[in-house]
Formats: sequence, C-alpha cells, structure tokens
Amino acid sequence: MVELQNYSGILLEGAWLTIQVALLSLLLAVFLGLLGALAKLSHSVFFKSIGTLYTTLIRGIPDLILMLLIFFGGQVLVNNLSYNLNEWLNRLLTDFNPQHEWTAYLPDYINISPYIAGIITIGFIFGAYMAETFRGAFLAVEKGQLEAATAYGMNKYKLFLRVMFPQMMRHALPGIGNNWLVLLKTTALVSVIGLQDMVKIAGDAGGSTQQPFTFYIAIALVFLFFTSVSSLLFSWAERKYTIKTR
Amino acid sequence: MDFSIFINEYQFYLAGLWTTVWLVALSLLLGLFIAVPVGLLRSSENWLIKGPAWSFMYFFRGTPLLVQLFLIYYGAAQFDLIHETWLWHYFQEAWFCALLAFTLNTGAYTAEIIRGVISTMPKSELEAAKAYGMSEGQILRRITLPNSLRRALPAYSNEIIFMIHGSAIAGIVTIVDITGAARVVNARYYAPFEAYFGAALLYMCLTFSVIFAFKKWESRYSTR
Repeated sequence: MVELQNYSGILLEGAWLTIQVALLSLLLAVFLGLLGALAKLSHSVFFKSIGTLYTTLIRGIPDLILMLLIFFGGQVLVNNLSYNLNEWLNRLLTDFNPQHEWTAYLPDYINISPYIAGIITIGFIFGAYMAETFRGAFLAVEKGQLEAATAYGMNKYKLFLRVMFPQMMRHALPGIGNNWLVLLKTTALVSVIGLQDMVKIAGDAGGSTQQPFTFYIAIALVFLFFTSVSSLLFSWAERKYTIKTR
Repeated sequence: MDFSIFINEYQFYLAGLWTTVWLVALSLLLGLFIAVPVGLLRSSENWLIKGPAWSFMYFFRGTPLLVQLFLIYYGAAQFDLIHETWLWHYFQEAWFCALLAFTLNTGAYTAEIIRGVISTMPKSELEAAKAYGMSEGQILRRITLPNSLRRALPAYSNEIIFMIHGSAIAGIVTIVDITGAARVVNARYYAPFEAYFGAALLYMCLTFSVIFAFKKWESRYSTR
C-alpha cells in the first residue's frame, strides 16, 4: 500500500494520458464514422464500396495487429517513402543541373510517435464501428421528416443540420455509448507500443516494487471507475434526449 | 515489400493459427460453463444470490482484457499461496494464464448475453406451454431453449469475434499465437509491415469463416 502511494502521482499522470488518448480517438472515430456512414448510404457505387471495404476490413483484423501494423509498419513505410522521394528529387535535379549536390530534402528518419500512432489506430478502428452505428441511426430518421423539411424549402445543408443530424444523434446515442466503453478499454493496448499510459506505468512500478498485483488491481479499479462514470453519463444523456411520447 | 518472408515462414504462421484457434475455442467452451450459472444467478431476485454474479460481471466487463491478463500472469507471483504451492506449476505457464483470463472474460460477457435473453423471455409462450400441459422439462426443451438460443446467437457470434480479436494479446506474454508468430518473424527479418500484414490476413480468414458459419446457422434457425 505504501508503494502504491509513492507511485500515485505518476499513476495519475498515466490515467490522464489514457483519457487524452481515449477522447482524441473518440473525436477521430466520430468524424470517420460520419464519413463512413455517409459513404455507405451514398448513391455512388464508388463511395459505397469504399465504406463497405472500410467497415468489413476493420471487423476482420484485431486492434492490436492494426496498431502494430500502423506503428512499426508505418514507420518503415514512411521512411522508405521519404528515402525514395529524396533519391528521386535529387536525380531529377541532377538531370537539369549536373553540378547539383546531393541534399536530403526530407528527413531520412521520421519517428512516428506512439501517441499519434495510438490515437490514429484506435480512431480508425472505432470509426468503422461508429459508421455502422451512424448508418443505422440515419436510416431510423423518418422519411416524412425529411420530406417536410424539403417542403419548407430548406436546402441540403440546412436539412442535414436542422433535421437529419439532431434526430440521427438521438438514435445513435446508445450505440455511441457502447462504442465508447469498448474504446476506453482498448486504449490499454497503447502500452504495447511504448506509450507511458496507466498500464505501462503500473507494469514498471509493479516490476520494481515486486508487487505487480497491487498495481494492476489499482489500475483495473481506475478503469472500472472510468467505465462506470461513462455509463452513468450516457444513461443520463439517453434519458434527457429520448423522444418524449405522450 | 518482400512477401517471400511470408512464404518462407508459413509453417510458423500456421502453428500460430492453431494456437489461436485452440486457445479461443477452449476459452469459449470453458467460458460457457461459467456463463450459464452466472447468468442464471444474475437473473435472481434475491440480492444475496445476484450480488456475487453482478460483481464478477461488473469487474470483468468493466476492465480491459489486457489488464486482466497481466493481473493473472504477472500478479499471481505476488501471493505465497500460489507461488509456494503446486499452483505455481500452472501459473508460471503463459498459456494457462491466458486461458484463465480469456475464460473469465468471455464468461462474464456471455453471462450478460444469457441474462439479457432470460429477462426478455416472452411470458405468454411459457403460459401457453403450461396450458398445453407440458412438463417443466418439456417446456425447457421445446420452448425456452430454442427460443433463447435463437435470440442469443447473433450476440454470441459477436462475442466469438471479439474473443478472436482479443486473443491477439496472448502474443505479448510469450505465447506463439498468430500475433506471437508475427512478432518473432518481425524480429528475425526486421520487416514489420510484411510480418504483421501476414497476421492480419490470417485473422481475417478466421473472423470471416466464423461470421459465415454463424450466418448459415442463423438462417437455418429463422426459416424453421
């Protein structure tokens, strides 16, 4: 218990990092989810197939694999790309000017930060799940409402902002809540790519104090606290925004 | 990109695939043995019976699977009761810890599915069965089980897919499952993109086979 107190400050920092990663990924996920849902519902075959490909692929690949692929694979891919671009630019310039000296226009080593990679991966994964949620919610909005809005002379954007979006959100709220709870727990994976989140700090502290159980149970309780508060907030929001029927 | 790595090491990946399959299948099976009693207890009216089941489900559904695995794999050694006795023989093995963590986790999630099915069981069907003079056993076999199985199947197929995805973390604690195989291949060749891409393909095959099989099964249930 004494050890836990010694580490409480750094554990809280880790908890804050976990929340940051979770919230930023949620933001990205909602954005991608809206795009994905609109793509799946669009009349263009091209957009429709991109949307379907996105949501299908994500359902097939575990989050950890995708994270390792983006973090480690992305690193190699970005570096190869910048190396090849450098070579190509220099060759091009030498063709025009034989006296040209080789210069690195792009850095030859770009470090992808685990923070960014984690947020992008989690946002990308949950964007697909959000897309399914939003798609269902868009379809749940009554057609008559949209026809009425058109009859009132609203243009496409006004119709979306004033009629479609607010009603769609109401239907999407339970789904968003579920996705958020899963997302929150998925953030634990960023410790694997070296980010100093709660899980990583608990592992290090548990190793050096030889009390791994104490530290892991402590962060498990913090996660439990986060998920409990989230479900309370979401059930409050759902109650507030439900359509009151007479 | 050099995909000859994947061809050279395909046997290693297949061994990983087999580990993932048996680990997930065994966890799901053992998880069912936990889920059925826990789900039934959770549906009780009495808080003394409901309480323990509720806490178990609350803990395992509210915390990340990764933390649960670490809690068992790294945390077990902290207790003399485990470390100094025959139990250590099992708890020092990564596969045992992973199996235990996955079983408890899927047990909690499946118990929630069972609770949901029980709480939404249409009462009138049971009353009709009783009016026909069926015995308790007949009602269970003819009405309750087929009805709840049909309603639980879609949720359970999702749980299986979550378990396949979740099991990828076994590769972190030295188990050579699909992820573990990819990690070893990456360490050997330093080709992260190819190594993890291979793993992603295998996981996709696994997931889509499960989805396909369940689609078939569900359609058979709904048409009858």
